[in-house]
Amino acid sequence: MKAFSKARLTKTEVRTWNASANADSLMKVLVAVAAFTVIAILTAIAFELYLNSLPSISKFGISFIWGTTWDVSTEMFGALPFIFGTFVTSLLALLIGLPISLGVAIFLSEKVKSRRMVTRSIGTLVELLAAVPSVIYGLWGLFFLSPLLRRYVETPLHDYLGFVPLFAGTPFGLDFFTAGVLLAIMIIPTVSAISRDVLNAVPNSQREAMYSLGATHWEVIWKAVLPYARSGIFGATILGLARAVGETMAVTMVIGNEPKITASLFSGGYTLAAVIANQFTEATGQLYISSLIEIGLVLFFMALAINTFARLLIWKMKRGMNIRV
Amino acid sequence: MVRRTNDSISVSTSRILMDKLMSILVYAAVGLASAALILILAETLIQGLPILKLSFLLDAPVPVGFSGGGIGPDIEGTLIMVGIASLISVPIGVGAGIFFSEWPESKLSSLSSFSNDVLAEFPSMVIGIFVYTIIVLTTGRFSAFAGSVALSIIMIPVVARTTEESLKIVPKTLREASMALGVSRWKTVVRVVMSTGKRGLITGILLALARAAGETAPLILTAGYSTAFLNGLFNQTGSLPYLIYYYAISPYSSWHAIAWGAALILIAIMFVMNVSVKLAFASKFEETRAEI
Amino acid sequence: MRRRKKKDGLVMGELAIQEQSDIDISLASQQGEVLSDSSASVSQRRRGHKIVTIDLKAQFGRVQVLRGINLEIKERSITAIMGPSGCGKTTFIRCLNRLHELTPGASVTGRVILDGEDIYSPKVNPVLVRRKIGMVFQKPNPFPTMSVYDNVAAGLKLNGVRDKAKLDEAVERSLKLAFLWDEVKDDLKKSGAALSGGQQQRLCIARALAVEPEVILMDEPCSALDPTATAKIEEAIFELKKDYTIVIVTHNMQQAARVADYTAFFYLGELIEYGNTEQIFENPKNELTERYITGKFG
Ligand SMILES: Nc1ncnc2c1ncn2[C@@H]1O[C@H](COP(=O)(O)OP(=O)(O)OP(=O)(O)O)[C@@H](O)[C@H]1O
Ligand SMILES: [Mg+2]
Repeated sequence: MKAFSKARLTKTEVRTWNASANADSLMKVLVAVAAFTVIAILTAIAFELYLNSLPSISKFGISFIWGTTWDVSTEMFGALPFIFGTFVTSLLALLIGLPISLGVAIFLSEKVKSRRMVTRSIGTLVELLAAVPSVIYGLWGLFFLSPLLRRYVETPLHDYLGFVPLFAGTPFGLDFFTAGVLLAIMIIPTVSAISRDVLNAVPNSQREAMYSLGATHWEVIWKAVLPYARSGIFGATILGLARAVGETMAVTMVIGNEPKITASLFSGGYTLAAVIANQFTEATGQLYISSLIEIGLVLFFMALAINTFARLLIWKMKRGMNIRV
Repeated sequence: MVRRTNDSISVSTSRILMDKLMSILVYAAVGLASAALILILAETLIQGLPILKLSFLLDAPVPVGFSGGGIGPDIEGTLIMVGIASLISVPIGVGAGIFFSEWPESKLSSLSSFSNDVLAEFPSMVIGIFVYTIIVLTTGRFSAFAGSVALSIIMIPVVARTTEESLKIVPKTLREASMALGVSRWKTVVRVVMSTGKRGLITGILLALARAAGETAPLILTAGYSTAFLNGLFNQTGSLPYLIYYYAISPYSSWHAIAWGAALILIAIMFVMNVSVKLAFASKFEETRAEI
Repeated sequence: MRRRKKKDGLVMGELAIQEQSDIDISLASQQGEVLSDSSASVSQRRRGHKIVTIDLKAQFGRVQVLRGINLEIKERSITAIMGPSGCGKTTFIRCLNRLHELTPGASVTGRVILDGEDIYSPKVNPVLVRRKIGMVFQKPNPFPTMSVYDNVAAGLKLNGVRDKAKLDEAVERSLKLAFLWDEVKDDLKKSGAALSGGQQQRLCIARALAVEPEVILMDEPCSALDPTATAKIEEAIFELKKDYTIVIVTHNMQQAARVADYTAFFYLGELIEYGNTEQIFENPKNELTERYITGKFG
C-alpha cells in the first residue's frame, strides 16, 4: 500500500484498511493458487506422460518416432504410421475445411452485413456445429457419411482417376478420405468463427479505400480485407489444425484403424489419438502400455507446438491492429 | 496536363464475372456448412426418434437379443461425473479467471494464461492418459471419480477464460469508482462478479458443462464402462458418449438403434445448453447497448 | 459575378436544371434552393458543371442526415464544403461516389448527375462511378500489406494494367503530383504503413490520382497533419485544379479561403449558402454563414 494514502486516514479507517488489505492479500493468494494450478496441471501432464513412457523411450529411443512397425506380438513399436495418419487426415481437413470456413467467415462479415437476421441465423447454425459432440460426428460419419462418400465420391474418383496413386485401392469408405472430410466439417466452426472475428476487426477505411479506387466487392475482399487479416486467418487455420490433430473419437470411428503408410487416400489408416483410444484398454504388458503413453507424449508436443505457434500469430496480429487502428 | 489514357472507362466483363463467381462460391460454402449440420440433425432425429420412450431413458441396458432396455445408467453416469467435475473445476477456473483479469501483468498470470489456452485446445485423449496414470493406476480400477477428474481438467480452461472475459467487460471506471470509495479490491471484484459479471460466469460454466458432457475419449481410460447403475464413486460407470461409441462400433443393429437414441438425447442436451447461453448473451448485449 | 436574389433570400436554380434533358423537373423545383451563376449562358453552364446534385437526401437508418441538397459543382475547380461538425459534410461527399450506401442501414434518395448521367440510376455500375471519382479520406488509410509502389499502383492493377513501364510511369507521376516523390523515391518497396502520417496522406492522394479520375473528393485531408504537411498538400491540391474537379471538406477557414474557388456552407443537413469563396467570406448572404465564419457559432 502506498504510504501517503495511509497517512491521511484516521485510526479506525486504518484498522478497516488493514483488515481489508489482509482480506485482499489472502484472496490474492487464493486466486494465485488457482492460476498456479492451471500451470501445475499442464506440467504434471507432461511429467506423468514422460515418466510412464520411460520403458518405451529406453527401449526404442528416438527411433520410436520413425519406426514403421507396430506389432504387438513381437513387441515392436514405432509411431510413424500414426504420425503419418494424423498428418494426412489433418492436412485433408484443412484443404477441404479452410476454403469453406473462409467462405462462411466472408459471408458473415462481408456479404450481408445489413441483413442482420440472415447473418445471425447462419452464424448460430455454424456455431451449433461446434456444439455437436465428437462421438456424434463419429456415429454420423460411420453410418451416414462413410457410405455416402464411398458411393458418390470415392468410387467415381477411383473409376476415373484410379491410375493416380492417391485414388488407388478399393474404396471401402472407412479410410483417410472419410476421416479427412469428417474432420473438415468439425473444424469449420472453429476456423470460421475466429476468421469472422478477424475480418470484422479489419477497419472499414481499408475497404472504402479499395472501393474508392473502383474495385468490385470481390476485389475489395481479396485485395484489401484478406491481406490485412492474413496473419489472423493463418492463426485461425493453425487452431483448426490443432483441433484436427487432437480429435479422437470421430476419427477412430471412420478411419479403419490400420497402421499403414500408403499414398492411397482410400486405404484404412490410424492416427495418434485413435490408436490410444482403441488399444489402451486392451493393452497388456508394460512395454505396450508405455508405448501407447509415449504416443500420447508425441501428441502432447504436437499440440503444444501448434498452439504456441497459433497464439503467437494471433497475439502478433492483435498487437499490429492496435497500432494501426 | 494529364493525358487521360483511358478515354472510355469501363469495368471489364471478366472482373464482373469474377465478382459473381466469388459470390456464388461464398454462398456455396455457407450452403455446405449449413447442410452438414442439417444432415447430422436430420439423421439423428430420424434414427433416434423411433426408440425414444420413457423407459428408454430410465431402464438399464439388456443383453443383445432381449427387447427393451435403456440408457438409464449412462445418463446417471454422465450427470454424476459432470456434477462432480463442476465442483472441482468451478472454484479453480473462477479463481484463475479472476487472477488473469485482475493481475494481467504478472508473470504468473501470463504463464498460467498461456497454459490455460493450451489446455483448452488440448487433445482430450492426453488428459485421459494423465488421469489414468495418476488415479486409475493408483486405485487400481476405472472409476466415476477418475472420470470426473478428467472432465474437470477439460472444464477448467473454459471456466477460467469466460470468467476473465466477463470481468474484463466491466468498465474500468466502474471498478475505479468503487475502489476510490474505499471499497477493497477484493470486495470490488466480488461485487462485480456477482452483479455485472454474473451472467457471463454462468454462461461460461454452462458452456464448460456442455463440453464435458460430450467428451468421450478421456472416459475410455478413466471411467470405463458399466451396464449397471452406479454403485459408489470408485466403481466403473457408463456415460452417454461412451455408450454411443461402444454401441456404434458393435456389430448389432439393435445396439446401433440404441446408439442413435442416446445421440439424440445428448445432442438435445447440448443444444438446449448452447442456445440458452446464446440467448442469455444476446439479451445481455442488447441491455448494455441500451444503457449506452 | 452578379447574383440575383429571390424573395426567400436564395438564388433561383430551376433554369439550370431544366436544361438537363434527363432530369425530373418537378423533383428539382420542389425546393428551389439551388444556387447558380445566372450570368453565364445556359450551354456554358451545362458544360461547366461536373456534378449536379438534386434534392439529395441521405439517411442512416431512420435518421435523416442530408435534407435535400441541391448543389452544382464546377468542372476543373476547387469546391470547399464547410460547416459545423456533424452537419453532414462527410455524408454528402460519400454520396457523390456511392460510398454512403455501403454502410449498413444507410440509404440515399434524390439524384447526383455526373456528366449528364444520374449515378444512382439502376443502369449505372457503382464500380464505374468510383473509378471516375477518386477519394481521399479524413484519416490516411494506406494498405499496410502493400509497398509504397503497390499502394499507388493498386488502382491501375485493378483495371488490368500489367505493363511494368506504364505502371512505373504512373507511380512516379502520381507521387510527384502529390509532392511525395522526393521523400520516397529511394525506397518504393517499403510498406505504406511505414510512412509518417503526413506522408501516408500524400500517399493516399497519389493512390487516388494514379487511376486518373475526373473528380477527387477529399474529406478533411489535412485534419491530422502539421502545418508543413498541410502546406504541401494544399500546394498539391492547387496544382491538381488544372486537370481535376476537386471537392474538399474542411474545417479550416483559412484553408478554404486559400485553395477553394467556391465554398458551400452546410448546417444540420441543409445547404445554407453556396457561392464564390470570396463572396462567402467577405459578404455572406445568410446570417448563419456569417456567424459561422466569424466564429460566433453557438
Ligand atoms: N455510421 C453512422 N451511423 C449513424 N449515424 C451516422 C453515421 N455516420 C454519421 N452519422 C451521423 O450523421 C450526421 C452527419 O455525419 P457526418 O459524418 O456527415 O458529419 P460531418 O459534417 O462530416 O462532421 P465532422 O466535421 O465532424 O466530420 C451526424 O449527425 C452523425 O451523427
Ligand atoms: Mg466528417
